[in-house]
Amino acid sequence: MSFHPKMAYGATFHKSSRQLEDEGPSFAYTPENRARFDALVLRYPPDRRRSAVLPALYLAQYQQGYITANAIRHVAELLGITRADVEDVVSFYTMFYTRPVGKFVLQVCRTLSCAVNGAECVTEALVDKIGIKPGETDPTGTFTLLEVECLGACDRAPVVMVNDAWHECQRPEDVSTLVDDLKARGEGALSGCYHVVEGKR
Amino acid sequence: MEPILTKYVREPNSFTLDFYLQHEGYDALKLALTKKPDEIIEMVKASGLRGRGGAGFPTGMKWQFVDKKSSPRYIACNADESEPGTFKDHLLMERNPHLLIEGCAIGCYAIGAKVAYIYIRGEFFHVQQILEKAIDEAYARGFLGKNIQGSGFDCDVYIHRGAGAYEAGEETALLESLEGKRAQPRNKPPFPAVVGLYDKPTAVNNVETLCNVPLIVAKGPAWYSALGPEKNGGPKLYCISGHVKRPGVYEASMHITLRELIEGHAGGVRDGHTLKAVIPGGSSVPILLPDQLDTQASFDGIQKAGSLLGSAAIVVLDETTCMVWLAENLLHFYRHESCGKCTPCREGTDWLHQILRRIERGEGQMKDLDLLQSVADNIAGKTLCAFGDAAATPVLTTLKHFRHEYEAHVNEGRCTLPATWRARQPVGTTH
Ligand SMILES: Cc1cc2nc3c(=O)[nH]c(=O)nc-3n(C[C@H](O)[C@H](O)[C@H](O)COP(=O)(O)O)c2cc1C
Ligand code: SF4
Ligand code: FES
Repeated sequence: MSFHPKMAYGATFHKSSRQLEDEGPSFAYTPENRARFDALVLRYPPDRRRSAVLPALYLAQYQQGYITANAIRHVAELLGITRADVEDVVSFYTMFYTRPVGKFVLQVCRTLSCAVNGAECVTEALVDKIGIKPGETDPTGTFTLLEVECLGACDRAPVVMVNDAWHECQRPEDVSTLVDDLKARGEGALSGCYHVVEGKR
Repeated sequence: MEPILTKYVREPNSFTLDFYLQHEGYDALKLALTKKPDEIIEMVKASGLRGRGGAGFPTGMKWQFVDKKSSPRYIACNADESEPGTFKDHLLMERNPHLLIEGCAIGCYAIGAKVAYIYIRGEFFHVQQILEKAIDEAYARGFLGKNIQGSGFDCDVYIHRGAGAYEAGEETALLESLEGKRAQPRNKPPFPAVVGLYDKPTAVNNVETLCNVPLIVAKGPAWYSALGPEKNGGPKLYCISGHVKRPGVYEASMHITLRELIEGHAGGVRDGHTLKAVIPGGSSVPILLPDQLDTQASFDGIQKAGSLLGSAAIVVLDETTCMVWLAENLLHFYRHESCGKCTPCREGTDWLHQILRRIERGEGQMKDLDLLQSVADNIAGKTLCAFGDAAATPVLTTLKHFRHEYEAHVNEGRCTLPATWRARQPVGTTH
């Protein structure tokens, strides 16, 4: 109801109706994710549910691929905070995507130790191979190419993170093979971290 | 020195509880629970353990400052590990996760906390899974949870996953992030030891720091401090990367010199190349030159040489590295990671990056050098957190030692040292 009987509420544009994120399809956690969420919030004091906003957003992103306005609304309602509170967080942290990304997000570390070991050439090889520039997604929605900052494995430079999986000591010819492999085998082509792999051997 | 923290990291099962228990695992926790909490703090104080996260502040003192009148209290373990060149916590958590869990539990007992949050960077997802499994094992065998080993002491350890923000490693920004907000630091004082997580007293400790605590409890502070030079005791993990033959994490006593680390452990610079510069403690600290290699790689030794040990991330650079390019590369990092809370850092890092890019491309002028100096001087020491100083450092240190390279760029209108490991065309983005 409007505060003036003759004037309809929200008939014209107002700043508060500005939309930052893609509205997206309607969003609610799947029952499994809802159960995960319910378990997660128990890690924090009952009056501090807001603490669970990062894990809650990860659940939304894993479910839907990226964060939409509807996902933000859902998370905000579950945590009892405002949409603006959640938006604030989403826009700050680089690991949340507010636009659709490819099935595989290729993230090349570009910081010093990787750079002096040829990270630029690795990016160049990926650009040539997939035909997209850093920051772009290919038309088939398979690959997104990103440059990221130090991943904390500089002894295994250059490092390329594909979704959550790490590929270390990558040379330009390796990433070309990696792309072919991802196309052919999908997620099966994702490797583990060097130390884990080494431990298994 | 024989490795202690990383002794078993190459063993296939080093991360399992069974393996850990077979190698004296959790003995320190059992021993600690027979002592009074204050005794533990005294032991840590006597050991001289200094924080391994970057600042080198004595851990025992930090724990003593935790306000014991207010409760609940918390431990926040800093596993954000984002300082360029640093990858030691990564190895510890991946290959020796129970050591960290044991350290968290002893830390909680000492300061009277019941909950420890491990704030792990979002990119370490594979590490997080190993750590989560280890925590589950510890609960199942009564090393975490209620009434640990029948002592009446309760302790929970939870993992909190970050989402890509270097600044979340700053202790108060970490607490903000844990509270579900942007990772932007708070004003200090009050320090976290008094007003920390949820406004309660909190000890923020680095992963490697907490991993040292079980050693101190098990073997005693005297043994511990005798491992290194005075005030620089205990084992230390060094991360060596860049242009070396064998990059990796090396554990040593802080008696060791940079030369022994770089030429001994890491095998020296690549064949056919010569050393140009060393960054001894992560991207945020001043550069050391080849004639300073005999510096002792301790907190105090490196400080005496004019730099800082920081996170012990040693980045080795050979003669193919253009120092203007290096500053630009690092300022790209700082510009991207500035949390934006204070103006000199938010705007200044962008300005520095723009000017550096201009010079590196050969479009700079001589007056840009003074501009760089002036912008950097106006960031350092004028910001809310230490990020500002860190961001100014790559510019100030390269200007100081390699001014001639900057001048050559301006005079010749191009990068005078284009390296073969760089791309043929610029591929970088400016996001
Ligand atoms: C910009 C910035 C980033 C930091 N990043 C980290 C980090 O990634 N990991 C860490 O342990 N400490 C980091 N620190 C240091 C922490 O603020 C804090 O000193 C440390 O976690 C305290 O633990 P300690 O006493 O065990 O070293 C950072 C500090 C600053 C100013
Ligand atoms: S110095 Fe930079 S990172 Fe630190 S609070 Fe200010 S803007 Fe944020
Ligand atoms: S510089 Fe690439 S992982 Fe550290």
